[in-house]
Amino acid sequence: MAEQQQQLTSEDIIQEENLVFDRTQLLTDNVFHYCPGCGHGVAHRLIMEVVEELEVQDKAIGIAPVGCSVLAYNYMDIDMQEAAHGRAPALATGIKRTMPDKYVFTYQGDGDLAAIGTAETIHACNRGENVAIFFINNGIYGMTGGQMAPTTLEKMKSSTTPYGRNIKQMGNPLKITELVAELPGTYYVTRQAVHKPGAVRKAKKAIKKAFEYQKLEKGLSFVEIVINCNSGWKMEPVDANKWMDENFLPYYPLGDIKVPEKK
Amino acid sequence: MAKLQGRIVVDTEKCKGCGVCIPACPFDVIALADNVNSKGFHYAYMKNPEACTGCVNCALVCPDAVIQVYRKKATA
Repeated sequence: MAEQQQQLTSEDIIQEENLVFDRTQLLTDNVFHYCPGCGHGVAHRLIMEVVEELEVQDKAIGIAPVGCSVLAYNYMDIDMQEAAHGRAPALATGIKRTMPDKYVFTYQGDGDLAAIGTAETIHACNRGENVAIFFINNGIYGMTGGQMAPTTLEKMKSSTTPYGRNIKQMGNPLKITELVAELPGTYYVTRQAVHKPGAVRKAKKAIKKAFEYQKLEKGLSFVEIVINCNSGWKMEPVDANKWMDENFLPYYPLGDIKVPEKK
Repeated sequence: MAKLQGRIVVDTEKCKGCGVCIPACPFDVIALADNVNSKGFHYAYMKNPEACTGCVNCALVCPDAVIQVYRKKATA
């Protein structure tokens, strides 16, 4: 019974045929400029993994936003286009209408999609353009120094709300994902996160669904991905993920918000 | 009994030492090194390689995609 378990050496295990996880080829070799621990990197990687799995590298066109992820085109090795601040859904509309066989997606933060670009977002969703929108929500303007965003939580401190967001004075946090789910043009609306291994697996499935629905010409897929912003929240990366779990996710619950009706 | 054994290879120059992989590991395999890379980050390394099963949890949460995971079945 007391059989000695064979203990393999590192040389035995680290062989080409045993490789089970590697950085996807569709991410360039550039080092992400994001802060250590930022969820943008995971979101980039998941989208590129899905593009690689569906083998649509030559057909995928991404729209980069303005915000921390403004340089997304440096990391995603596919065709990319930079949009004016908040105007990515309008640009995606144009690209998809002129090239309907391409897979078009936008990658936008909360300052881009939910603040300056609210009109474009809502109208693109309402028209039901056949594109995918990936909305990266961290509840703060990370790039410009942690100012209050529309999605900032009540009593959450930011550099423009040093005493916490006051609802009476500054209004309520905007749940734009629930808002667009009400519109008839959206086909698939979901909220995911990337702070834990299980959440990452679910987020990848959601991103894959968004691309598959686009292939089937079902209409607009809207995938919100909640990430941390440890610099903006002034926390260590691991603490930021924990804080997100305890404070952010109760207000922005994860899961599908609008799923296609089964026939 | 077959047991899965794994190893991770961290691209130490690209690792930013955020430590997100450490709580993601169910077997407490990863820690941040005392040494730093050329950018001054304490990179992740395997402090307890025998416990690794190659579950890829660390690689899934790694924001910089610097972790490669290898897995092999060990036969007793």
